[in-house]
Amino acid sequence: MMRRALRVTVVMTGLALAAAGCGSGGNNTNTPPGSGATGGASGGSTGGSTGGGTVALPKLDGQTLEVAAVWTGDEQKNFLQVVKPFEEQTGATIKYTSTGDQIASVLTPRVKGGSPPDVAFLPQPGLMAQFAQSGALKPVTNEVSSAVDQNYAPVWKDLGTIDGKLYGVWFKASNKSTVWYNVKSFSDAGVQPPKTWDEFIKAAQTLSDAGQEPVAIGGADGWTLTDWFENVYLSQAGPDMYDKLTKHEIKWTDDSVKKALETLAQLWGDPKLLAGGTSGSLQTDFPTSVTKVFSNPPKAAMVYEGDFVAGVITSSTKAKLGTDAKFFPFPAVGDKPAVVGGGDVAVAFKDNPGAMALLQYLASPQAAEIWVKAGGFTSPNKNVSFDAYPDQISSDVAKSLIDAGDSFRFDMSDQAPSAFGGTKGAGEWKDLADFLRNPKDVQGAMQALEADAAKAYGK
Amino acid sequence: MTVPLRSSGRPGSPPPTESEEETRGSTGERGRPATAAAFLLPASIVLAVLMLYPIAYSFVRSLFDASGNTFVGLGNYVTMFTDPETFQAIRNNVIWVVVAPTVVTALGLIFAVLTERVRWRTAFKLVIFMPMAISFLAAGIIFRLVYEQDPGKGVANAVVVGVHDLFSSSSEYPGARPRDPKALVAGPDGFQTASSVSPGRSVSVPLIGFAPDGMPKTAAPARPAPGSAAANSIDGVVWLDFAKGGGGTAGQIDPNEKGMPGLTVQAVQNGSVVDKTTTGDDGRFAFTNLKPGAYTIRLPASNFAQPFGGVTWLGPNLVTPAIIAAYVWMWAGFAMVLIAAGLSAIPRDALEAARVDGATEWQVFRRVTMPLLSPVLLVVFVTLVINVLKIFDLVYIMAPGSVQPEANVLALQMWLVSFGGGNNQGLGSALGVFLFVLVLPAMLFNIRRFRREEDQ
Repeated sequence: MMRRALRVTVVMTGLALAAAGCGSGGNNTNTPPGSGATGGASGGSTGGSTGGGTVALPKLDGQTLEVAAVWTGDEQKNFLQVVKPFEEQTGATIKYTSTGDQIASVLTPRVKGGSPPDVAFLPQPGLMAQFAQSGALKPVTNEVSSAVDQNYAPVWKDLGTIDGKLYGVWFKASNKSTVWYNVKSFSDAGVQPPKTWDEFIKAAQTLSDAGQEPVAIGGADGWTLTDWFENVYLSQAGPDMYDKLTKHEIKWTDDSVKKALETLAQLWGDPKLLAGGTSGSLQTDFPTSVTKVFSNPPKAAMVYEGDFVAGVITSSTKAKLGTDAKFFPFPAVGDKPAVVGGGDVAVAFKDNPGAMALLQYLASPQAAEIWVKAGGFTSPNKNVSFDAYPDQISSDVAKSLIDAGDSFRFDMSDQAPSAFGGTKGAGEWKDLADFLRNPKDVQGAMQALEADAAKAYGK
Repeated sequence: MTVPLRSSGRPGSPPPTESEEETRGSTGERGRPATAAAFLLPASIVLAVLMLYPIAYSFVRSLFDASGNTFVGLGNYVTMFTDPETFQAIRNNVIWVVVAPTVVTALGLIFAVLTERVRWRTAFKLVIFMPMAISFLAAGIIFRLVYEQDPGKGVANAVVVGVHDLFSSSSEYPGARPRDPKALVAGPDGFQTASSVSPGRSVSVPLIGFAPDGMPKTAAPARPAPGSAAANSIDGVVWLDFAKGGGGTAGQIDPNEKGMPGLTVQAVQNGSVVDKTTTGDDGRFAFTNLKPGAYTIRLPASNFAQPFGGVTWLGPNLVTPAIIAAYVWMWAGFAMVLIAAGLSAIPRDALEAARVDGATEWQVFRRVTMPLLSPVLLVVFVTLVINVLKIFDLVYIMAPGSVQPEANVLALQMWLVSFGGGNNQGLGSALGVFLFVLVLPAMLFNIRRFRREEDQ
């Protein structure tokens, strides 16, 4: 019975993640007793270890700010802890609205109807661009802009800028270049965490020789496949080509894409390296791909996805992070390892002092550290102390994200028009699932990708 | 839902009541149109605001592009009909419309007729009707569990695997394979040596791809084949060329590597098995008393057969039937209740008369019950057709992302292009209009039926 009940939650998480498109993560509850939850109440002072004192905020007594985001459950609770010091300092009241996973479907009608929330957290830069270009978003004030300059690597400012104007503050980030592995499986097979793609394939082969199913892929969810591709492509072709492909300035029939797909096919094309073989991979959704690796007995040795895998491990398996479950950075395919990631950007739909003050506050390390301490959160803010993270794993994840600096790249599919990069069963998700089904057909995959991209980008 | 119940009472029902006659009679005195208009106004406004305006606006919107600013004429319709995804959706819709209502109505009829005769009919009907109380979303999640690939989790595969395993037993070393696929070649019957072996020689067979933890308890450390086989025998060793923790040299027996006991080994000559034996605890085997000649040594596939993993219910081929099955589970109760109501309204005397005339039960059912019941069956069927045309939730929830295109239906496609990422409400509206056109005949049919019944 217990197992049944658990499965229901896992499936529902799976649905939620599938619909969210980028997976804003499971609910990480590895809070050390008495640290995060209580620290939030006095967050302004406890979090002020770096970044030079508290943020100067205006008085907003009696004002109510509506904030909309996809977060629910623990994430919602943690966010409310983050804004508590803001409410105390300014006297404003924050009214939080959870949009569920379909944030675009909720916000678009509200914008058209003339009653958008004051501030919203958008999980995709493409969505931010859509709203900015339709004039729904308000550019930030100079105070916010300088807070961003002070606290973020330039790449994050660029990501928040549309047509030369800064609209967004990246509050939450995720590192999608982490491969999670079962420590016991690796030691049983005598395999070390690989650093390069060749070592990675060799490790997978050794694991297979040892009678284990090496790599779990959540192929039922297309977004996991786009993340695979992006990591390989960014590391192999480099950030400049990555940017061009993101904007569709080069075609998907380009040689660099061919090379990346052929590289992927080294893994995808060998069913004995995939847990459950090809058809098993296509039937596995993301949460299941994680539980496969960390269940007992394990049904796979490793799984690639972002830092939010940690949340699924803690909530759905008995494995202990740091002892049973560890991660290594996505192996370098080219000269340098890649860091692909995602995040939530705070944008203002209304040009009022309250909304701007909130953005300014969110750009401060103090605000981020409240959630960092509660766990399940990676901040793109470079002034957030790594010591604030509740455990070694999340600190390492954050460190590799911040260390990547300007060579960090945002998830390509999240930047593409959602018809291409964010729709279940269509566009890139579908084309890569087809490629996983038939990895020999590199040419066909490229043509399908290019055809769908051309349609979605309107060229 | 009340309408078919009324219609079921029709056969042999009394002529139109007096009130109906009166209404018809009153059309003669159309004295106060203003009063009539005043009474009609509230209903008309509600109807116009809630029904007519959205329909009209959807049609207008379907003539504009994604942004809603540029007039594209019938462009969206052209896009729609040239898009392979929409074709797949239309194809699936056709399958749905043909299969689902038919099966549901047939099952409903069977249940209704059978429950007529049983003692615990209310309890039975309640059980069949119960799934109707579950929302599509919940039912979708339930059936995702039912169809789960892992037989340890999915009921459907647990049954299939259970039945399968009754007839074929599992193997000792599932998935094990030769270290060197060139020396030991995979064939239809198993792995066999690439080069032939003659008596007096030894064969060593390193296998991998099997977890050392899964070895039988009796397995002893592997020992090399004696190498001093008699002139009329072939001996050898089969061992797991991988020890826990890795290391060692490939193709050589390292100290901590174990023999694989209990494997069947065959000596094959000219395509037929001449001798067979089983490996010992240290992995050794030997064929004695072989005639001179060339042999190949074969490890039959039965040693390595993977456990049967069940059926991929939600794979590209079975996904639509699997979802339709879930739909049938939900709606069979609905059809049963309506048909049972119709059944109980059939005049007993007609059935009795047929029986007195010597008709068999089957004839009574075929010739009397069915014709009297046909209006109800038709209403149930048409209602289901309308219901099935707009099927969305089950498909959206149950189909894994990788096979969603294969399971796609029009209502889902409409949602996908307008909100689910496509963000093109122009194209979405065009699909909506198309769906409306498809539902229209069924609706008109129903309306005409009701009219005709009222006229009777």
